Amino acid sequence: MEFIHALAQHGFLQNAVVAGMLASAACGMVGTYVVVKRIGFLAGGIAHAVLGGMGAALFFGFSPMLGALITAVVAALILGLVKLHAREQEDILIGALWAAGMAAGILFIAQTPGYQVGLMTYLFGNVLLVSTRQLWIMLSLNVVLIATIVLFYKQFTAISFDEEFARLRGLPVTALYLTLLCLTAVSVVLMIQVVGLILVIALLTLPAAISQQFTHTMRSMMSLAVILGMAFCFLGLGISYSVDIPSGATIILVTTLVYLVVTVVRRS
Amino acid sequence: MRNAIEFSNVSFSYGDLLVLDSIDLEVAQNEFLGVVGPNAGGKSTLLKIVLGLLQPSRGRVRVLGTTPVKARKRLGYVSQYPTFPRDFPINVKQTVLMGRLGVTKSFGGYTGVDSDSAEQAMIETEILHLASRRLNTLSGGQLQRVLVARALVCQPELLLLDEPTSNIDARIESEIFDLLKQLNQRMTIVIVSHDIGFISGYVDRVACLNRTLVCHETKAIDGKTVQDLYGSDVHMVTHHHG
Repeated sequence: MEFIHALAQHGFLQNAVVAGMLASAACGMVGTYVVVKRIGFLAGGIAHAVLGGMGAALFFGFSPMLGALITAVVAALILGLVKLHAREQEDILIGALWAAGMAAGILFIAQTPGYQVGLMTYLFGNVLLVSTRQLWIMLSLNVVLIATIVLFYKQFTAISFDEEFARLRGLPVTALYLTLLCLTAVSVVLMIQVVGLILVIALLTLPAAISQQFTHTMRSMMSLAVILGMAFCFLGLGISYSVDIPSGATIILVTTLVYLVVTVVRRS
Repeated sequence: MRNAIEFSNVSFSYGDLLVLDSIDLEVAQNEFLGVVGPNAGGKSTLLKIVLGLLQPSRGRVRVLGTTPVKARKRLGYVSQYPTFPRDFPINVKQTVLMGRLGVTKSFGGYTGVDSDSAEQAMIETEILHLASRRLNTLSGGQLQRVLVARALVCQPELLLLDEPTSNIDARIESEIFDLLKQLNQRMTIVIVSHDIGFISGYVDRVACLNRTLVCHETKAIDGKTVQDLYGSDVHMVTHHHG
């Protein structure tokens, strides 16, 4: 295929594929928890609120990725505490943070001369622009994320499955829950590089949701979700390169299409 | 002998609603106590206080000689409704293994010792052959055995069950009670039920709870007791177990 040839020749394409693989590893593992714990909307809130941090980073002249990371973690902690202490208003508060974050981001970007072009990249991603330095940052974040999940796999699974029982077994349920949300925040930041913050939610949840229909344990659900995410990213990149269309949107449409087909076929 | 549970003058309210009123209760070690009473009579609240999930508004609670929260890891608990999503991707053995949390190592997966304990608990509850079955493929009775196994796997000294048989048919129900009777040889058991006629054949003593608590030796239960408790003339079936 034409894409494979191009891949061998162009460094920017190789970077794009590596970025896709790194983001898929994170979103397969974290996405599995997001799906079984049903916090997809919350993850969406974190992703969108991140624009506020990226805008602020641009305005004050530091790295947008750092701005994104800090905002994502702060948003995750705020929403985690909302879920624990103000459950009745949860959806309203998630929606508020979601919109307020984006609004703040737009204001910052509007006030930063000459940077308006970057907005589309944040919203919809442009994996072809990922630099080697960004790949190293992504790799480091991935290592932290995967190590945390491997170390506390039992505990995260227990609080996702049965929070009351986990508490009775003496687990620090609140701390584990907030940690899980911070991991979600980190994986959101990883994926923004690839598909942009608006489309993150699909790449985070759909590979795991497809995987859930074929697997019987958390471990196998995670493994399959990682493989599926990688396949979707690779396929999406290949198609977008061949037809010359935006990569992030193509990856998401490939993912959504497979999800729909699989779900409809399984149901019937 | 030390008591497994001691309540002295314990009251509990949800807001203005007084649910438990000056409860005194002593449960001896290796006793099999049934707690019965109408819905909203405070049965689940009582268990949650023993587990330390709720704090009494007044009175003193001791569990296994210490506070409920400190005693937690030595308790086994089977909840009334499954408190988890049925479609969760997990099999029977993984579910039972969760009972080892708090005892097993903190990092990484479960150990060989955990696995052996889980198998032991599954043998005792006769579900070893279901070990790799996904949870949502089990019948109500099988699921209940899984939950009992999960509670047993850390060798509790006190086993608490909240209406464990409310969703399963009578034949399976008596199988579960036979299992509990057997477990009672080595641990204290407190079971909440709405079915006084059924449990009186198994338990040593029945505590009747409707905001206040009255205890009866199993032998002494008659129609009058039931009528006092439920406030109406409830038909009671007398039966004997050989």
